[in-house]
Amino acid sequence: MLPIMIVDDSKIIRRKIERCQDASKFQVVATAKNGAEAIQQFQETRPSVVTMDLTMPEMDGIECISNLVAINPDVRILVVSALSDKATGIEALKKGARGFLCKPFTEDDLVNALAELTEDCHV
Amino acid sequence: MFEDTLQVFIQGVLRYFEHTNDRDVKVGTPYLTENTKPAAYDLSGIIGIAGNNRGCVYFTAPRILLKHLLMSIGESDTSDANLIDLVGEVANTISGNARSEFGHEFMISVPVMLEGAPGGIHLPQDMRSYVIPIYWKSYHAAVVICLENN
Repeated sequence: MLPIMIVDDSKIIRRKIERCQDASKFQVVATAKNGAEAIQQFQETRPSVVTMDLTMPEMDGIECISNLVAINPDVRILVVSALSDKATGIEALKKGARGFLCKPFTEDDLVNALAELTEDCHV
Repeated sequence: MFEDTLQVFIQGVLRYFEHTNDRDVKVGTPYLTENTKPAAYDLSGIIGIAGNNRGCVYFTAPRILLKHLLMSIGESDTSDANLIDLVGEVANTISGNARSEFGHEFMISVPVMLEGAPGGIHLPQDMRSYVIPIYWKSYHAAVVICLENN
């Protein structure tokens, strides 16, 4: 199982991602509602996969991505955000994210995005 | 405000509801309203806008619509906390999606959620807002756009 952390300021989105992810491949080890909480949880639980919202209070997703990648350059980060402009997507990728899923999303959208993100990972 | 701008938000509304289990949403004809009497249902999620535009975008809906919307995205907990969370998330999604047209300088805040009386929504008194009516199931909601170019 791949340990995964879900970061989003919306509880219903965190729960939706928990419900939708492939339970045979991922194990949710942490959830966080902002970037600062995510860094703390990341250090404690060491997930290899992260879903990351961008617009959050206290510390936004872009800043959080930089911090997580500094801690573990191999972490696979999938941005899950409503910010649908190209510049934001490119900035997230430059900071170290490896995929981008635009909100709103379906269960299939998420499963496919996570599968693509981790296709070369051994479970 | 140009028709193209309204169309961006109309498409955002349609896109949001198309990702639920009950896609049959209709959007009414947008209309102008005075900011002294802001449109509001039971709960509203308000997004502040800065950058190349200034103002706000908000989604407002009755509790019963939000309960059904929660269930349509697979969430069984329809507590008030989740309804408030949802109204903010819808506002955030519709506003964030608008950046595909307006670019990254269309800067959006985290949502602020308000309950109840229209008096809780303070809009610039020297501006007017466009209301986009939304009809989903047998319920009404709205996206309200109060923007000016910077």
